[in-house]
Amino acid sequence: MSETKENIFKIQASALRAYSMIAALAVVWIYFHWATSGIFFTPRNLSNLMLQTSVTGILAVGMLMVIVAGQIDLSVGSVLGFAGAVAALALTEWNFGLPIALLSAVVVGVLIGFVHGTLTAYFNIPAFIVTLGGLLAWRGAVKAITQSETIPVADPIFKTIGQQYVDPDIGWILAGAAILFVLAVALRRAQTQKTYGLGEANYMGEILKSIPSIVAIIVFIYLMNSYAGIPIPVLILLAVALLGVFITNFTTFGRYLYAIGGNPDAARLSGINNKLNILKVFALLGALTGIASLIFTARVGSASPDAGTLKELDAIAACVIGGASLMGGRGTIFGACLGALIMASLDNGMSLLNVKDFMQDIIKGSILVAAVGLDMLGKKQS
Amino acid sequence: MKNITKEFPGVKALDGVTLDLFAGEFHALVGENGAGKSTLMKVLSGVYPAGTYGGEIVVEGTPRKFKNIRDAEDAGIAIIFQELSLVKELTVGENIFLGREPSRFGVINWTELYQRAGKLLQDLNLPINPKTPVGNLGIGSQQLVEIAKALSQNAKILVLDEPTAALTESEVETLFDILRRLKSRGVGMIYISHKLGEVFTMSDRITVLRDGKTVGTNDAKNLTIGQVIAQMVGREVGDIFPKSAHEFGEAALEIKNLTAFEAETDKKLVDNISFAVRRGEVLGIAGLMGAGRSELLMSIFGAHLGKSSGEIFVEGKRVSINSPSEAIENGIGFVTEDRKRFGLILEQTILDNMTLAGLKQISGAFLIHRTRESVAAKQSMADLRVKANSPLTVAGTLSGGNQQKVVLGKWLLTKPKVLFLDEPTRGIDVGAKQEIYANINALAKQGLAIVMVSSELPEIIGLSDRVLVLHEGKLTGEFSKQEVTPEKVMAAATGNV
Repeated sequence: MSETKENIFKIQASALRAYSMIAALAVVWIYFHWATSGIFFTPRNLSNLMLQTSVTGILAVGMLMVIVAGQIDLSVGSVLGFAGAVAALALTEWNFGLPIALLSAVVVGVLIGFVHGTLTAYFNIPAFIVTLGGLLAWRGAVKAITQSETIPVADPIFKTIGQQYVDPDIGWILAGAAILFVLAVALRRAQTQKTYGLGEANYMGEILKSIPSIVAIIVFIYLMNSYAGIPIPVLILLAVALLGVFITNFTTFGRYLYAIGGNPDAARLSGINNKLNILKVFALLGALTGIASLIFTARVGSASPDAGTLKELDAIAACVIGGASLMGGRGTIFGACLGALIMASLDNGMSLLNVKDFMQDIIKGSILVAAVGLDMLGKKQS
Repeated sequence: MKNITKEFPGVKALDGVTLDLFAGEFHALVGENGAGKSTLMKVLSGVYPAGTYGGEIVVEGTPRKFKNIRDAEDAGIAIIFQELSLVKELTVGENIFLGREPSRFGVINWTELYQRAGKLLQDLNLPINPKTPVGNLGIGSQQLVEIAKALSQNAKILVLDEPTAALTESEVETLFDILRRLKSRGVGMIYISHKLGEVFTMSDRITVLRDGKTVGTNDAKNLTIGQVIAQMVGREVGDIFPKSAHEFGEAALEIKNLTAFEAETDKKLVDNISFAVRRGEVLGIAGLMGAGRSELLMSIFGAHLGKSSGEIFVEGKRVSINSPSEAIENGIGFVTEDRKRFGLILEQTILDNMTLAGLKQISGAFLIHRTRESVAAKQSMADLRVKANSPLTVAGTLSGGNQQKVVLGKWLLTKPKVLFLDEPTRGIDVGAKQEIYANINALAKQGLAIVMVSSELPEIIGLSDRVLVLHEGKLTGEFSKQEVTPEKVMAAATGNV
């Protein structure tokens, strides 16, 4: 039958997209390694690269879920600046203490996401407009509360979030835990096969399938430890990405986001509360923006009035390069994170090569358009 | 068209099909979904350019190679697709001349455009103002505008793909009048339809396709409906409406004084309707388009966008339903009309679609239990005989009949007490229809209460244990299985009681 054949093609198409992205990343890396005469692929630079990926990556995880639901958020850069400034002020000017300062950034992010989500879902203003307004308004708010001046943050514990590394030994312990987790998931999957009568438990097969993940974990920790250990921001990114994978794959909320983005009418008639879920996803992105703002502020050591400018575009570009459709309904966390890594690699590599600032922007913009163009071309042919 | 062969990766969609059409002939093309009818017409109309298929197209003695739709149009071939290709925001006139506007140096001559459009519509006896936005017209009038558009291109060959799928009986009559007039002008027509009654009323010859091959071309007067169906499915079709006698139980759903208004106006779409349906009963709701049938179901389901009032009782208990999720919690399922628009997420898998409405029952409220979900979907696919390799097949690649089964499966997984079906067999082939009918009967036998809206009279009469007829939002007739006849239903549906 024709449908079964086409189905095989579809599955191959999505796998193909993932492979071609990994291949694209490899090409970018190899090129930079060659062009920088070996500087790119050193532990120090890779550690730096991962560090650069962290803020965009965290934003991209939240943005991906918003995009999957058929929405968009143009305001994350400004919100990042605002939340970071609130945290910095809470710590330095208002003397609220560290825990409350940290919490305040996240709370501010959630509240702003709540406002954007309410306006979008319940007042039927398109997300593009709401968050375009937000882009301007929250940047204005940053300038207002910082009085257009940079606020330095000296607190050493706060700076840890952005500047410290996990001790190599602890890194290996985390690696061990991660490998055990991967194996446990594999064995459980084999076990459920049997429990639900879907065939014999194929323990060996599942373990073999998890070998690439295990190798990736070991290589990653080894590389990070070769420099100074896993940077704390990268650890946070990994946690956020795992959370994102969990939400999109294993929760009803995640499934509903894909349904709402894929066909809002069908979703509504299937008993899904579209409005509430859209509100939630904006609030979730807000929370992640708050977390990203803490890393950003801690890394720089200060909250500046233009912090986070254009970050929204990096996050959206990461999702799109990672295969998400701006029409909604399609996209993966893995793709978005890979997209963020590609974007960061371009930044990193071009800086190493001393490419002029304006040239960097032109190249990044062209690559974004080319990536989507290639994707479209591939779709047309299949 | 001689020996047309078209291959898609891995599938031979057309295998040496030959079709000829005389001027002024009405030639019906029938076959199950997936038989290759639409593919054949896409070859004819240049959607698939010359070189991507094998065989030859000969128009008025000359072999032609169409590179695109425009080439085919220039050769006098116009096709009216199943999905209308009008721009809803533009006016009738703009649509008719879209891409071919009378203009000088790129500036449109609006006076001429509307004059010519007006004349075309007049020729067809259509009382439509060419300045009306197409979106304001009913689906039937839109279809006629499509035909006017085809004629504006001096089409000598007109291909109609399921033109009556969404039309009411009276609109169908208007359409047929126009087609007869075109026929007398010498326009040759290829008519694709699942409605064999229409096919026999109108056709000179009938060609049956099956699995990409021609089964036969015969004069319509030498054929019977039974023979054509047999040719289409490749086997004799027994009784289309299998009967199963069984007892009805208690009232599963009772509606009292339901009234629903159009969104943002005070026009009554549903006017003071009361009815009850018992466990095991199939209640048919008949009526013309716009009679308020879908709105009635939507209001009960909590999905109507306008205001509504009335009382709903599920198994004797008064319930308040303000959203589809409350309806689902109260045991109501709703196989909505237009599966592509309201039923399915086409780019997602069968699995994702099937478990969408019942996700909370199948898994938990927050976490998805993947294995349990996949077991439920597989079981449902087997029960409903969905033809696909695996639950991970993308819904959009399925045939209409299988898509409809997926939507049905979605609602059965919510374990409903009452199931609404809105046009459950629209646009699906005879074989799949029969399977859906068998499913409906089986479900009723298991004690499910079923409310079915359908525009196909044979379906309403063949399946229902009782028939309600709506006309302009009011209940104008109620017939038991024994008393119902097509004439009685039509009389009530047109308000002639």
